[in-house]
Amino acid sequence: MHTSQAAVDEHAHENPALLHHFATEEQQKNAASLGMWVFLAQEVMFFGGMFCAYLVYRYKYFADFGSASQQLDIRLGAINTVVLICSSLTVVLAVRAAQLGKRMALVFWLVATIFLGLVFLGIKADEYAEKFEKHHEKFENHHDPGASFSYHELLPSQEKLPEAERQYADPHHAEMYFSLYFAMTGMHALHMIIGVGLFGFLAYKAWRGKYGPDYYTPIENAGLYWHFVDIVWIYLFPLLYLIDRHR
Amino acid sequence: MATAVVTDTGERENYLNAGHGPKSWLLTVDHKRIALLYLISITFFFFIGGFFALLIRLELLTPAGDLVQSDTYNKLFTMHGQVMVFFFLVPAVPAVLGNFLIPLMIGAKDLAFPRINLLSWYLFIIGGLLMIFTILSGGVDTGWTFYTPLSTEFLKTNVVSAAIGIFFAGFSSILTGLNFIVTIHRMRAPGMTWNRLPLFVWAHYATSIIQVLGTPVVAIALVLVVLERLFHLGIFNPLLGGDPLLFQHLFWFYSHPAVYIMILPGMGIISEIVCCFSRKRIFGYKAMALAVLGIAVIGFLVWAHHMFVAGISVYAALIFSLLSYLVAVPSAIKVFNWTATIYKGSVTYQTPMLYAFGFVGLFTIGGLTGLFLASLGVDVHVHDTYFIIAHFHYIMVGGMVMAYLGGMHFWWPKISGRMYPEGWGKLAALIVFIGFNLTFFPQFILGYMGMPRRYHSYPPEFQILNVLSTAGATILAVGYLLPMVYFMWSMRYGKPAPPNPWNAAGLEWQTHSPPPTFNFDEDPVVTWEAYNYDEMGEIPEKPEKEEVPVAH
Amino acid sequence: MSDHNSASGHTSEQTPEHVSEHISSVGSSVTIWLALLAGTGITVAAAFINLGPFNTIVALTIATIKAMLVVLFFMHVKYTHEKMTGLVVASAIFWLFILLALSMADYTTRLWR
Repeated sequence: MHTSQAAVDEHAHENPALLHHFATEEQQKNAASLGMWVFLAQEVMFFGGMFCAYLVYRYKYFADFGSASQQLDIRLGAINTVVLICSSLTVVLAVRAAQLGKRMALVFWLVATIFLGLVFLGIKADEYAEKFEKHHEKFENHHDPGASFSYHELLPSQEKLPEAERQYADPHHAEMYFSLYFAMTGMHALHMIIGVGLFGFLAYKAWRGKYGPDYYTPIENAGLYWHFVDIVWIYLFPLLYLIDRHR
Repeated sequence: MATAVVTDTGERENYLNAGHGPKSWLLTVDHKRIALLYLISITFFFFIGGFFALLIRLELLTPAGDLVQSDTYNKLFTMHGQVMVFFFLVPAVPAVLGNFLIPLMIGAKDLAFPRINLLSWYLFIIGGLLMIFTILSGGVDTGWTFYTPLSTEFLKTNVVSAAIGIFFAGFSSILTGLNFIVTIHRMRAPGMTWNRLPLFVWAHYATSIIQVLGTPVVAIALVLVVLERLFHLGIFNPLLGGDPLLFQHLFWFYSHPAVYIMILPGMGIISEIVCCFSRKRIFGYKAMALAVLGIAVIGFLVWAHHMFVAGISVYAALIFSLLSYLVAVPSAIKVFNWTATIYKGSVTYQTPMLYAFGFVGLFTIGGLTGLFLASLGVDVHVHDTYFIIAHFHYIMVGGMVMAYLGGMHFWWPKISGRMYPEGWGKLAALIVFIGFNLTFFPQFILGYMGMPRRYHSYPPEFQILNVLSTAGATILAVGYLLPMVYFMWSMRYGKPAPPNPWNAAGLEWQTHSPPPTFNFDEDPVVTWEAYNYDEMGEIPEKPEKEEVPVAH
Repeated sequence: MSDHNSASGHTSEQTPEHVSEHISSVGSSVTIWLALLAGTGITVAAAFINLGPFNTIVALTIATIKAMLVVLFFMHVKYTHEKMTGLVVASAIFWLFILLALSMADYTTRLWR
């Protein structure tokens, strides 16, 4: 038995969650936390690329984007925003429960988060379905970009004008809006699905009693991830749903 | 050295003999083993990329496009670029030498996240398999830059699999960067303060910042290309109101800093080598550390100098041109400081030092030509010509690859426990240097005279320079093959290496060659400054009898 | 830069005192939650008032306030002892800003004469 091996064995006796290459739990916790924040920084840049694309085209085609934005259901968007804000609260309460060693409360709040996440995804799926096949009285609108895309809507506040003078939104520019809408909310939804899966896994382990005041790092870090996904939506909602609504 | 453990067969336990069989390698979390997994993988891709390069040079021997058709030629330069950039240059130093050395240099047992380290390698392999699939299914011909709308609308080749493959390689690189940042912050041994870190570690820290903050943007750019290609979205299609330049902005936001991902680790290597073989502390330690950080930050502000003639606003071009001049300053500081370190040092010319000399000279030439390109007027003239190709190959090959080879030779004793044959090492370095300059110097002239890049036929007056370039390429290839051969030879027949054959400063030399699995027999405590060569002696004399390869 | 401790840590005098993590109170969490909901309500209401170019600014300002509340309180950045966390957050925001600002520098000046 040499020094390193003996040290490894001693570590194992201290805390089963302590990994062999860390000297103390403190170091391990700090490393995991910093790692999660660095990961979130790269996520900011990942979504940031799409926000850049959105910014460019909104700048170029503001009126058309306004028209397309009004095709979205603002109530569903607002409800989803509320749902996500509530889920951030349940995450905070879950972390608190872990810190206080309350196992059943932890499981409860984790499951509540999962539930709210699924509600969000369900509403999103409904919105997507509506976009794929949208029938108006006179025109058939397909709002999913691609070969069958068609768009025949007025620009904002054109209804006030006599019919002959009304201007319609450029369908190409509207398609640009919907392309970005699907790309951004789709990427966001993908991250939500991963988050829900992650929380499901953690809820199971929490139920098995793996987390307590001594070790709740995965809960905390998963929470950071979830809050980040919430923040992305906090920006997506006004940018996508609330353009020129006053017209 | 404290007592080492001994295996059943009586030899000292080290990371190489601890555990045998494929599972112990494919499921390892030891950063040193993962480094070797990467070494094999990136060497494999280096040869694939090199193979495409040789085909390109073969075609360019004659003015007519007579070896391959133009569509095939497009595939050759595309695959050469994509494989070399994403599957060799970006991972090579960080994932091989960085992985191996950073924990050793800071006195840690491993990286902060060993399992994520292994995941990084598997993501790299998945990306690599997708790239191989792309090659085997007919290749891709977008140019390594994937410009739209060519890549999204008009090509029938396998753009999607190439893009996804690079996405995976990028994700691998992000996780490596993340691992390094956390490791350097949280895992340093007692006494290893930031001011005592080897510049190799500083360089990788700066590189990791770029990897983490830059790579996601090219990732999303490639995702959008795939979505556009599959669903005909129009984000980059001018006919549908899209702007092709948006892709270029997103692509180059990463790909310019990416060139710093490629060169900064090499600069870290050179600092280590130059100090050891001048027996001197680095001149201007703080400036060197700040310079790598400066390069990392300013490097993010210059990307549109790749788009000067693409149609961006001239006012934006002016801003980017000015910023591009700025980024040369920290690089120049580094060259001055290496020079000042060597000046009046006790210089010896072992193989790593030969590569270091080559690096300093060739990187300077490459960097200076970069300044020409930062100037709008000059760039309009030479953009998309061989001048550009020569510029970046001077930095990538003359700089980065030489640094990589120098580093491999310098740390080979530590990694393998064997000495490589010094005579052959010097010979290979010389061949690489001659081959490199013969290949790429004529290309500066060709570009200035107007030969465009990405064309497989050219006016006959350019032939002589192209022939010289191709001749150089074959010499360069020999220079690259030699280390492959003698490194492998040394694994069996090389002289067993002592812990510190170069009498070099640095914690990695305070442990055995090769190191034990957990790196140190006792947790190190650092009480000395970096590069304390004034307290150390000379490099030990080389043995009287050189080991020569023996035919069996 | 903070010098960390990675001493072997087996002896009690070497083991650093466990830094107490902040535990959010239910009250403060609910307060922030209500603030976020209020922000959402205001954003939606403001969207229906014609503020000209300020509609976008108001919406994004409220979004940023909400995001800051989540980062500082829900993600505990206000209560952490680690300087690195704030630096990482600031860097991410700054880098995103570089991407957006310099890209828009091109698009907004293209049609200038």
